[in-house]
Amino acid sequence: MYIIVIGGGRVGYYLTKALLSEGHEVVIVEQNASHCKVINDELGGVCIRGDGCETAILAEIGTGRADMLIAVTGDDEDNLVSCQVAKHKFNVARTVAGVRNPQNEAIFRQLGIDVTVSSTNVILERIKEEVPTHPLTHLLTIRDQGLELVEIKIPAESKTVGKQIKELSLPEGARLALIIHQSQRPKMPSSETTIRAEDRVIAITSADLEEELRAALRGE
Amino acid sequence: MKVVIMGCGRVGAQLTKILDAEGNSVTIIDLDAYSFRWLPPNFQGTALVGNGLDREVLKKAGIETADVFVVVTQGDNRNLMAAQIAKHIFHVPKVVCRIYDPLRQELYSSLGLETISPTTIFAQMLREKIES
Repeated sequence: MYIIVIGGGRVGYYLTKALLSEGHEVVIVEQNASHCKVINDELGGVCIRGDGCETAILAEIGTGRADMLIAVTGDDEDNLVSCQVAKHKFNVARTVAGVRNPQNEAIFRQLGIDVTVSSTNVILERIKEEVPTHPLTHLLTIRDQGLELVEIKIPAESKTVGKQIKELSLPEGARLALIIHQSQRPKMPSSETTIRAEDRVIAITSADLEEELRAALRGE
Repeated sequence: MKVVIMGCGRVGAQLTKILDAEGNSVTIIDLDAYSFRWLPPNFQGTALVGNGLDREVLKKAGIETADVFVVVTQGDNRNLMAAQIAKHIFHVPKVVCRIYDPLRQELYSSLGLETISPTTIFAQMLREKIES
């Protein structure tokens, strides 16, 4: 694939390195001359100096034949405009924008960006996974349908421990997919499955029901 | 008319002064409170410190009930993003933004944004001055 990366900061640099090693054709656009030089010295002549929002620069590097444009500068608004110019002026099929302010993820999608990656959200989710007391972790978002795959931990003191699934009042729109109990093999829960202490329940739910689901599973 | 203006530079402040004097309800947003020194001393409206790309700040400025949103900060991309938020997310009936870069202005006006490029306009005016 021909991939254009906008922004030669740390994210852009390591991303380009990884994409090159996977055998993709990559060009990176960076405004700062010394950043450009470092990238070109280390990765070979892949960096073009310029403003990745400018039509002239994007035309020069052949954006019209690019399969994907990934904008990862430090400023959300610059990433948005780069992606929009690529999409509307050069018909690039897939545009990906890095997002600093997590709020902007939803906004960017409404404005036609195909994929958004919020580093803040990714780090937050990782932290939540690592904190054992945190009851609910987002594993995956199924965007088109507004569904989420979540993991809910059942602490030993939960009122639901020892109860069967059918005794719980789970919200309508949620489905339990898997129950993982310590070292045992994961099981697909049935209505007769009993909740045990330290279970990890993987469930599919719509975003607005997630709190209700957590409360039902943990008996809160 | 209820107007929200983002960016209190010379242009933003001048526009605020005119609209305010005409009796419109004007809220002006800027990142830096020091910018509000451009505003006239008898300004009747609201001056709000904050980032206009932040939805909460825009809501605080009353964008949900605004008739007009004008964005005139120094950054073209900031202006483009703010204008699109106002138009597509808050559905403000009239949104106008300033874009210095003529190429970007052309592209976004073809996408339906109301944009003004002072670069193009001023160059044209200078050309006419030279002629006369």
